[in-house]
Amino acid sequence: MASEPLIRVTGLRKTFGNHRVLDGLDLDVRAGEAVAVLGANGAGKTTLLKVLATLTRPTRGTVTIAGHDGATDPELVRREIGLVAHSSYVYEDLTAAENLMFWATLAGLRPSAAERAGALATVELERAADERVRTFSAGMKRRLSLARFVLARPRVLLLDEPFTGLDQRAKKWLEEHLASFKAGGGAIVMTTHSFGRELAVADRIAILAGGAIALDTPRGSLSADDVHRLYALHAEDAS
Amino acid sequence: MVWKDLLVERRSKETLNALFFFGLLLLFVFQFALGPDRERLAGTLPGLLWLGFILSGLLALGRTFVVERENDCWEGLLLAPGDKSAIYVGKLAGNLLLMLAIEAILLVLFGFFFNLDLANVLPGLAVVIALGTVALAAVGTLFAAMTAQVRARELLFPVLLLPVEAPVLLATVKATEAVLLGETLGSVAHWLKLLAAADVVYVAVGVLTFDFVLEA
Repeated sequence: MASEPLIRVTGLRKTFGNHRVLDGLDLDVRAGEAVAVLGANGAGKTTLLKVLATLTRPTRGTVTIAGHDGATDPELVRREIGLVAHSSYVYEDLTAAENLMFWATLAGLRPSAAERAGALATVELERAADERVRTFSAGMKRRLSLARFVLARPRVLLLDEPFTGLDQRAKKWLEEHLASFKAGGGAIVMTTHSFGRELAVADRIAILAGGAIALDTPRGSLSADDVHRLYALHAEDAS
Repeated sequence: MVWKDLLVERRSKETLNALFFFGLLLLFVFQFALGPDRERLAGTLPGLLWLGFILSGLLALGRTFVVERENDCWEGLLLAPGDKSAIYVGKLAGNLLLMLAIEAILLVLFGFFFNLDLANVLPGLAVVIALGTVALAAVGTLFAAMTAQVRARELLFPVLLLPVEAPVLLATVKATEAVLLGETLGSVAHWLKLLAAADVVYVAVGVLTFDFVLEA
């Protein structure tokens, strides 16, 4: 018997003024599954992630994460999720180690020095641990924001174009980390504009168009060309 | 939160440096405007002292969440699981320490510029300043959070803060005036009680409403 989805979105609508960004969106993501959400600019990918992360309230519909309703129990949902957004959520005048310590403490964690060092080593920032973030490249900041979830171990990862700004080595690390996260029973929703290697981690591809999921298909053996074709058919036609 | 805010301020020194020079300029302006007439000074000094404190406070408190705007750390705070009032208490404690440091510097400069002997009245003055600063910081921290995501925040922040602080300013100026004239704290107990009550009410309101402010 299939397990209950870790993420369940039903009839989601989100409007900003008169502009309906999401309308009647349904999405289920089970433990150990990764869904890549594709869509044109302005299709609502980031809005979807923000609703899932409880950063913005849905106008209509329900979002349930690990059995907790995002509208009524946002604090319980926040314990289960890790969000890697466009912004890195790091303080420029703190060092990498200090940033990690601050966010871990705020999340109620008490990681030991060895655990903190281990998290930084996982994202290959151990040598920059005591350097101020102000001196970091965009890719290093992104890796630092990912290090937070090495410590926090959420059950759901929400990733907004996670491969952007990463070099090849960091991309490879992220692919491996996400694969191991899935293998450990985690669920992933990631948005991307890339149809290539970045999709390798995804088990399903969902194309967002017209405010809803226009196509939700297993990635299986789809090639980049196949994804291009499907995207052109569903996303570009809709826009 | 306190550790983080103080560490960021120690490294950037943005607020402390700016406020020191702002305070210095303010004192020059007061000095030129009032001249050496000691009688006139005696009547206006408590008001000037608190004017200096509140103007510096407006600048310092208005910057409370500036550091959170960088890299959208504000969203990170929102996503942190747990009681959000702890964030308010941390921010309030950081603001209090910063404001008390600025006020201590301003007080020394006041003594120097206006040739005042503050040593005898310092304990009483410290009590009045501490009570007044808690009320100022408590409301300022909350309103800084309310206006942090608003486009006209620099304008809105003082417009919101000053009316709420009016009774506190009245009490602090009156109590400061009495203390500077050599009266005991007992003679201004009614003002001190008002300040203590304002402190309790403002901090309680901040703790209880910060979650809603952050989520709004």
